[in-house]
Amino acid sequence: MVGKSEASKHCIGELCGEITDFSRLPSYGAARPPGLSSIMGGCGIAGCMDLNGGKIRGDKIARMLSIMSERENGLGSGYVAYGLFPDHKDEYCLQFFFDNEESMFAVEECLKKRGEITRDECVYTTNHTDIPLPHPMVWRYFFVPKSSSNPKYKDPDQCIVDLVMNINFSIHGAFCISSGKDMAVFKGNGFSYQIADYYDLSRYKAQMWCSHSRFPTNTPGWWAGAHPISLLDWSVCHNGEITSYGVNRKFVEMNGYKCTLLTDSEVITYTWDILVRKHGLPLQVAAFAMAPMYYRDMELMNDHNRQLAQQLRITYKEAFLNGPFSILVGRSRPEITMLAMADRKKLRPLIIGHNEDDGMIYAASEECAIRIADNDAYTWVTNPGNPMIARVGEGIIRYGTERPFEGAFNEQ
Amino acid sequence: MNSDMWKVPDRFRPVISSLCITCKKCIKECSYDVLEFNNGAIHAKHGCVACQRCVEMCPQDAIEIQRVPETMAPHGTYTERHRRAILSQANSGGVLLSSCGTDIPYNSIFDDLLLDAAQVTNPAIDPLRETVETKTYLGSRNGSLRLSSEGSFAVKPGCGIMMDMPVMLGHVSLGAVSYNTQKALFMAARRLNILAGTGEGGLHRDFREFAPHLNSEVASGRFGVNPDFLKDVASIEIKIGQGAKPGHGGHLPGEKVSDLISETRMIPLGTDALSPYPHHDIYSIEDLEQLIATLKEAVNYEHPVGVKIAAVHNIAAIASGAVRAGADFITLDGFRGGTGSTPRIIRDHAGIPIEAAVAVVDKRLTEEGLRNRVTLCAGGSIRSSADMIKMIALGADVVGVCTAALIAMGCRLCQSCHLGKCSWGIATQKPDLVSRMDPELGATRVVRLLSAWNEELKEILGAMGIDSVESLVGNRDRLRYIGPNPRIADIMGIKHAGEGWG
Ligand code: SF4
Ligand code: SF4
Repeated sequence: MVGKSEASKHCIGELCGEITDFSRLPSYGAARPPGLSSIMGGCGIAGCMDLNGGKIRGDKIARMLSIMSERENGLGSGYVAYGLFPDHKDEYCLQFFFDNEESMFAVEECLKKRGEITRDECVYTTNHTDIPLPHPMVWRYFFVPKSSSNPKYKDPDQCIVDLVMNINFSIHGAFCISSGKDMAVFKGNGFSYQIADYYDLSRYKAQMWCSHSRFPTNTPGWWAGAHPISLLDWSVCHNGEITSYGVNRKFVEMNGYKCTLLTDSEVITYTWDILVRKHGLPLQVAAFAMAPMYYRDMELMNDHNRQLAQQLRITYKEAFLNGPFSILVGRSRPEITMLAMADRKKLRPLIIGHNEDDGMIYAASEECAIRIADNDAYTWVTNPGNPMIARVGEGIIRYGTERPFEGAFNEQ
Repeated sequence: MNSDMWKVPDRFRPVISSLCITCKKCIKECSYDVLEFNNGAIHAKHGCVACQRCVEMCPQDAIEIQRVPETMAPHGTYTERHRRAILSQANSGGVLLSSCGTDIPYNSIFDDLLLDAAQVTNPAIDPLRETVETKTYLGSRNGSLRLSSEGSFAVKPGCGIMMDMPVMLGHVSLGAVSYNTQKALFMAARRLNILAGTGEGGLHRDFREFAPHLNSEVASGRFGVNPDFLKDVASIEIKIGQGAKPGHGGHLPGEKVSDLISETRMIPLGTDALSPYPHHDIYSIEDLEQLIATLKEAVNYEHPVGVKIAAVHNIAAIASGAVRAGADFITLDGFRGGTGSTPRIIRDHAGIPIEAAVAVVDKRLTEEGLRNRVTLCAGGSIRSSADMIKMIALGADVVGVCTAALIAMGCRLCQSCHLGKCSWGIATQKPDLVSRMDPELGATRVVRLLSAWNEELKEILGAMGIDSVESLVGNRDRLRYIGPNPRIADIMGIKHAGEGWG
């Protein structure tokens, strides 16, 4: 596996008619492209979930994502699957990109110091692909952190967060791409259909899938930089450009996170972790911190909600995501959950679909993504800045058309 | 010629044209007694400060203030400015006083910064069609919001107030300016729903009605500070230093301590009002902590208590200390900021530019995880909405504006405030001069100015694809540097023009 990445930065192109000149851009695996300090661009997102907990094969999500072909240019795409490891539900599944063996050894040493690797395996990838080289090696570890008397690491989640941050920040050639329980990320530098083929997603069955394809503006392809961006069991697929990035980065840094991917999407992922896991906010309340209500609209709310909305906005003004976005957020705990929302001006598209008969829920940038999977699904759009939340076993918790905070406080 | 007091040449001279109808209005208007009537015509004596009052008031537009050409032999090192200062000091033997901000043309870093705008990948927003918000909070924050399962606050949120724009009128005390001027500023603050600083002189009883829009000052002289006053106002600011005179106190001479001032400051008529250089109960950070705690206690933790510090070399560490000592907001005052009276040596040579100060303080507080606990205010030399916007992008939540508001009300920046004869009725206590300031008109003009700035702020936010001002605060990614000294850009954490995001 290692060594597959040999040199050639400028290759392929001729093999696949759809690859344009973008393939001439250099490609990078786990290590950050030199000089890269931020990635911006447009994108497509798609997600599906079986509310009854049934399993969905990966080729379904690949079809949904790939049909939105105008939303990608071959510089990155990815998928995240939830409910993937019922037999390893209580272990953290850490998936890595490695550029070379040294980085792999360094990571393993690091992991062994902080816990136990209960199992490790190579993540399947095909040899038959036209994705431009190099291809980083993809490895999976099931990991249980050591219980520690050090209060800082008492919380296993915090231990994982620190471990991942440290590895991504300091081990050159290694990058942890997912670190949650019962979930895994499959991503890389290619078109959505190439990545689906590369990992052979049809071999995986999951209760929920989220996915992302990219149309970046002239930044090099970087495997680790592709979406979904994930930390613990959080995953974020993000279409948009956050105009407040400089402020949002301060928010996560103040809360002890290191920005290693330099994308606004990374900051969004960490923000969910801070607001929900660390500060204990209900999911939809956290959503309204990131897409806060206008002060004018707060005047129309009842006292309780107005005060909450105001304090949320004042306290978390650095978490306010300004500018256009639509995002899919996934989580596996306490139950597998999908959240889909757009910015408070609804400057990026988002459509939700639901089929009551088979309990499927869909969310995507374009309706075609839903229709190719299910012609009969009922579709609707969420209100600006208003989250749709659905959870396995519980159904649709919010349609994204309700008033803010409705049902927030018996939600969890 | 008085043998030991030599002439310092005038820099300005009124020139009266043939349009003059000798109505003599200008003679009455000139508070510096420069103009006289003889031989059937108006003549100028010496002493013109270019306050432009006569020019504004002349019904015939017959007056023009001209700059007197430099007449001393040119010299590269001993400029005329230096020689004038030497002559004045040899005349008086004293410290040279001046007012307003420094008149030395230091390079303004604001002018070396360019703002970003949205193109293609994110849409620009038209503030006339879409909501762009400029409401701003001033006060403490908790860094997190803890909610009970019913959705009520498990921990009491911070205390503070909302303003309609990210602007605060700076501190000008009654004493430094006239009753009518302070009233005009307070009226403007109320109409704009923002705060105005009271200055250090306490609050005149007539102005109690404005208290909900006032940021009161607890300065080293503690003039007028009492519990009632503190409980009335919106916020309380401990003044450690002022940008125009860091490390300096204040001195209102006895002759200016009129009935009005004596009553407001709570000192006997005709005595000098002296503000010590340091607070004599604050010789260290622990002492500051105690005063902050005392004031919070005095107002039942219902109003934010802040600390104002002048932008000096070690500003980042000092600001961080003040936050740790419990300050709910920090006000930074830059070295080009204004004042009613200051030793010229300090005004012109001490401190650092506010642009650098704000950026390093914002960075430092962020690194230390403190930035989301406080509101950062900054002022000193905000000449335009562009400066205000850049100040916000550099890291300020709230921008202090003072000199610009005074200019809107009539001040022409003649830098003679310390003489107490302001012809516009601003920096004076002389009743006939004070009556020249119409509070209603003054307030209207300040409201117009700041409303215009707020519209310009919305335009810029919209152009950047940002729909609320808080998303610009400290967003240094949206600034680029084009000046001569990229090192300062590095220090402030700003990229050079031409560098993209990737
Ligand atoms: S105010 Fe004008 S018109 Fe009247 S005396 Fe002076 S210069 Fe002449
Ligand atoms: S306030 Fe009056 S004296 Fe002071 S600079 Fe302005 S015009 Fe001149």
